Order: sequence, then C-alpha cells, then structure tokens
Amino acid sequence: MSVLIVVECDNGEVKKSSLEVASYGSQVAQMLGTTATAVAVGEATETNLATLGEQGISKVLYDNDSRLKDFVNGAYTKLIAAAAQQESAQIIVLANSNIGAAVGSRLSVRLQASLATNVVELPKMDGGQFVVKRGAYSGKAFSDVILSGERKIIAVKKNSMEPLHNAGQTATVEQFSAQLTDTDFADAPKQVIMQEQAGGILLPEADKVVSGGRGMKGPENWNLIEDLAKALGAATACSKPVSDVDWRPHHEHVGQTGITVSPNLYIACGISGAIQHLAGVNSSKVIVVINKDPEAPFFKAADYGIVGDVFDVLPKLTQAVKELN
Amino acid sequence: MKFLVCISNVPDTTTKIAFTPDNKELNKAGVQFVINPWDEYALTRAIELKEKLGGNVTVLNVGEADTEPNIRKALAIGADDAIRVNAKPTDAFFVAQQIAAAVKEGGYDIILMGKESIDYNGFQVHGMVGELLGIPTVAPAIKLDVEGNTATLEREIEGGKEIVEVATPFVVSCQEPMCEPRIPNMRGIMTARTKPLKVVEPTGEAARTQVTEFALPPKKQGVKLIPAESAGDLIKLLRNEAKVI
Ligand SMILES: Cc1cc2nc3c(=O)[nH]c(=O)nc-3n(C[C@H](O)[C@H](O)[C@H](O)COP(=O)(O)OP(=O)(O)OC[C@H]3O[C@@H](n4cnc5c(N)ncnc54)[C@H](O)[C@@H]3O)c2cc1C
Repeated sequence: MSVLIVVECDNGEVKKSSLEVASYGSQVAQMLGTTATAVAVGEATETNLATLGEQGISKVLYDNDSRLKDFVNGAYTKLIAAAAQQESAQIIVLANSNIGAAVGSRLSVRLQASLATNVVELPKMDGGQFVVKRGAYSGKAFSDVILSGERKIIAVKKNSMEPLHNAGQTATVEQFSAQLTDTDFADAPKQVIMQEQAGGILLPEADKVVSGGRGMKGPENWNLIEDLAKALGAATACSKPVSDVDWRPHHEHVGQTGITVSPNLYIACGISGAIQHLAGVNSSKVIVVINKDPEAPFFKAADYGIVGDVFDVLPKLTQAVKELN
Repeated sequence: MKFLVCISNVPDTTTKIAFTPDNKELNKAGVQFVINPWDEYALTRAIELKEKLGGNVTVLNVGEADTEPNIRKALAIGADDAIRVNAKPTDAFFVAQQIAAAVKEGGYDIILMGKESIDYNGFQVHGMVGELLGIPTVAPAIKLDVEGNTATLEREIEGGKEIVEVATPFVVSCQEPMCEPRIPNMRGIMTARTKPLKVVEPTGEAARTQVTEFALPPKKQGVKLIPAESAGDLIKLLRNEAKVI
C-alpha cells in the first residue's frame, strides 16, 4: 500500500498547485507510515521532477510519450490507473483542477474508490474512519466527509496547503509506460489555445489577485488594475457584470458562478460584495476592499479597507508598491 | 438526437447558509430552492440544439418529491419530458449510477449537466457517468456544437481552452458562457403541467462517502480602515502586519 500523487506539469515546470498536492500526499503517507510516489503528467523535465523530493516525494513515474503533453482524459486516466496498480496505491491525491476533476471522477469508478473533491485540510483518522474536510455551498461552508471505500481519491483545493521545502532532498525519476494505444487518445484535443496572461500569472494558481467591478466604470480604466497587479506580481480578476458586458474575458469572472479563488491576498476595487461574489473569494486569506461607499457590504468581509475613489486610490497603491520594492 | 439533461435542486444563490443545531443538515427554513445555475446552461443549450437538429429533451433529477416544482420549471423552459429518481441524492457516485441507468434504459445521445452543483460543489458526476457507460466526457465545456453524430466542444483548461471533437454518445458538463439561460414564458408554464414526469426507484450500490458534519467559515475579525489620503500605508500594513506581499 502507498500514496500516489498526480503531479501536473506545464512547459517543463511542476505547477504550483501540484507542489501543494505533493506536500499533502507526502504528509498523508507519513501519517500512514508508507511511501509517497508521484506520477507526472504534461510536459516535464527530469531535473524539475527530481526536485519533488523537497515536497517529500521519494519516486516519480514519468511517461515521456509526446502525445501526453496536452490533457487527454482517456489516456491520463489509464496512465494513472496503471501507476496506482503498480504501486498498490490505496490513496490517490490530485489537484482540484479541471484536469484533476476530469481524471479523478473517472478513476473513482474504475478503481471503486471513494472520491472527495475541493479538500482543504489533511485527513483526520476519527475512530477508525478516514475523514476529510472539504468546501461546500460555494465557499459558504465546509463539510466533514467520511471516505468509506477501501481506496480513496482526494482532490486538494488550490492554495489550501503550504508547500513543504525540504532543501536538498531529491526524488528518483523512473520511466513508466502504460502501454497506451491510439484508442486511448480518441478524445485528444484538436487544438489548444492558451490565453494571453497579464504578467503571465494564471488566476486559478495566483497567490495574489487584483479584481475590478462595475465601479471601474469601463474597460479603458483597467490599466489601473493591471498596473497594481503587475507591481505586486498578481493576477487580475473581475465581477460577473464586468465579464457579462465584455469589459473583461469570462475566464476572469470570480464568484459563485465563476471561478473560486483562495489567494493569500485579494484586492477588490469598485466591487459591492454581493453574496454571489463573496462566495467565490471569501476563502482568501487577506481581503482588501476599495470602495467609495462606506456601506458597501464587502467591507464586512474585509480585513483592510479604504473608503475612497478607485481612480484616486489605485495609482497611490501602485506607487507605494514600487517604492517598497 | 436524444438529449438527457441532469438537473439538481439547490438553495438559491442569495441564501445565507445555516445548519440544523447538530450541524448535520442544511437548515431549510426560509430557503428557496432553484435549478442549479450551471444546469440551466446545460438545459438551455440542449433545447437550442433540439430546435436546430430535431429530437427530444428529457430532464432527470435525483430527488424526493419536493424537487418536482423545479422539474416542472425545466419542462416550462422547454424540456419535453422528465424523470425523477425517487431518492435523496446522497453522493456523487450514487447520483451517477442513477443517471447511467437512465441512459442505458433510454438510449440518449448527449448527456448534459452543469459543471457542478452549487451546494455540494463536487464536479464529479460527469466523469463518473462517462466511466460507468464507457463513453467520453468533456468537462467543463464553454461551447457545444453538433453536426451529424459529431460534436465540437471547447473545453476550459487552466489558462486556456482545448478544441475537442467527440462522436455521440458522450457526456458534457456545461458552464458559462455556453448560452444565455432561458426563463419560462406563460405558454411554457401552461404546457409544462401536462408534460410526462415519470418517477422511478433508485438502483445500484450505496454511496461511498458520508457527510458527518457541516461548519461555517470562521468569522472575520472586522475591517481595519485606512484613510484614502494615506492609501500608501495599506501597502506597508500588507507587508509588515499581514505579511502577504
Ligand atoms: C444566479 C446569480 C449568480 C451570480 N454569480 C455571480 C458571480 O459568480 N460573481 C459575481 O461577481 N457576481 C455574481 N452575481 C451578481 C451579483 O449579484 C452582483 O450583481 C455583482 O457581483 C455586482 O458586481 P459589482 O460589484 O461589480 O457591481 P455593483 O454591485 O454595481 O457595485 C459597484 C460598486 O462599485 C462602487 N463604486 C462605484 N464607483 C466607484 C469609484 N469611483 N470608486 C470606488 N468604488 C466605486 C460602488 O459603491 C459599488 O459598491 C450573480 C447573480 C445571480 C443572480
């Protein structure tokens, strides 16, 4: 029995969320007195995979079949199932990402496992039961869930684990092949189109986010958001009405019906703080609200606030960050 | 083309979540239940495709009798008939088994659902149904077009999208901006009353997960206000006090 960790890579690098997942998985392995093995998917390099030792991984399995560079649901599921078989994995840990959810849900049926997604904490062993805490009601609550199956699959919510850094530890990287055939690639993408990222920081992975609402008045003012984001090394986001009228692209929309983020810092500029917006951001560690209306509901959910005009306040903040650096 | 749209019954998005005193269940007092917002995209897109290609749209809900008003609402929006699997939707695997059984029985070409339900936030059912039936799943999709027996979809990935082509039958989980969700009109509401709603009993194995307790997030300490004139001080606080930059 062992813990198998699914590590997503992109452009040779291990994704930040996968460093968190690796740290989660290795700590579970330690709790259970077993080893943590990773299986890598996407475009990786051996050197980068070896550094997963810092997150407590002893061995990384990697299939460098070039067809696996982009996500293919059928092939990824088969690869991970084969790795789980080889390692007699009882527990599989993956990211609560679009890839993790697509693969994890199929694997749970194939391996007859209990599946919990959106998990925010290490498991507890409670009277012989294996219990995980997960986000529910779109960020408005948590639930404790027993995973009663013999095998368990855990999808860890982004930014809910501090990655371990055991300097100097390295993992061994082993070639691994799941004997994939053409039929495993039947749902391969015809084309992959990447977004242009402001400053190259992906919103779902970001640990700092600067977000704008209707109070920004129009897309022509977004340079104020982008300047602050750039100075901070943050990603940009927006409220739903802003993407509905195409001031910003849909993939930047956060909230109950957009994406959920939980960065260390979320700065809301000209956003009122409607309950559906809060649902997507309220697990952020520190929330800053800038709004000219002192009665804006967002202030109730904030750690720091400035009652003021975004057009006056944002340039001052950007200036202050530049001075600090 | 036969479409099956899976809908769940969830608290309205404005609901202030509270639990029963033992924290084991949602306190339903005063809560209004709606069709899961993500499922509305699936439903509307299925109706649009049916209007274009011909066929039939069936909605399916796993739920007890109190979900029927929302099933009728889906019929009012434009679905042709409905199935209610008479059971509490205990976990994603249990629900997926019911959907897979309905597909085997009804022979659907495209099985649509929302990305996730806004109460359980599982984002699991799509893949489980696909795996139970041995057919592809595309999740989450932001675009779905169908020609003949082939569908072209845009699948959202972190940082971009993939263009995917699959043959029917397949499962798709939908999210915005796939379409503009429709609301029922008067005629729809009138005709919905007489559209067929079949109630079936659940099959399959028991749930593989059990919720033991709910909890609300910890309360915030209260906001620290910084005067707009000295906005730059905020940055110092974020570095020295909050230690997040
Ligand atoms: C089913 C459903 C799902 C929804 N899902 C989401 C979701 O996922 N995400 C989401 O964001 N919303 C969602 N909404 C919409 C939500 O209810 C709110 O309407 C929305 O969040 C409001 O966006 P906003 O704060 O940008 O705009 P507004 O509510 O118009 O607020 C603008 C704010 O800017 C302030 N302001 C104006 N000018 C300035 C200035 N010069 N300087 C400083 N402040 C200024 C105002 O005081 C105000 O507080 C949903 C709604 C429904 C019904």
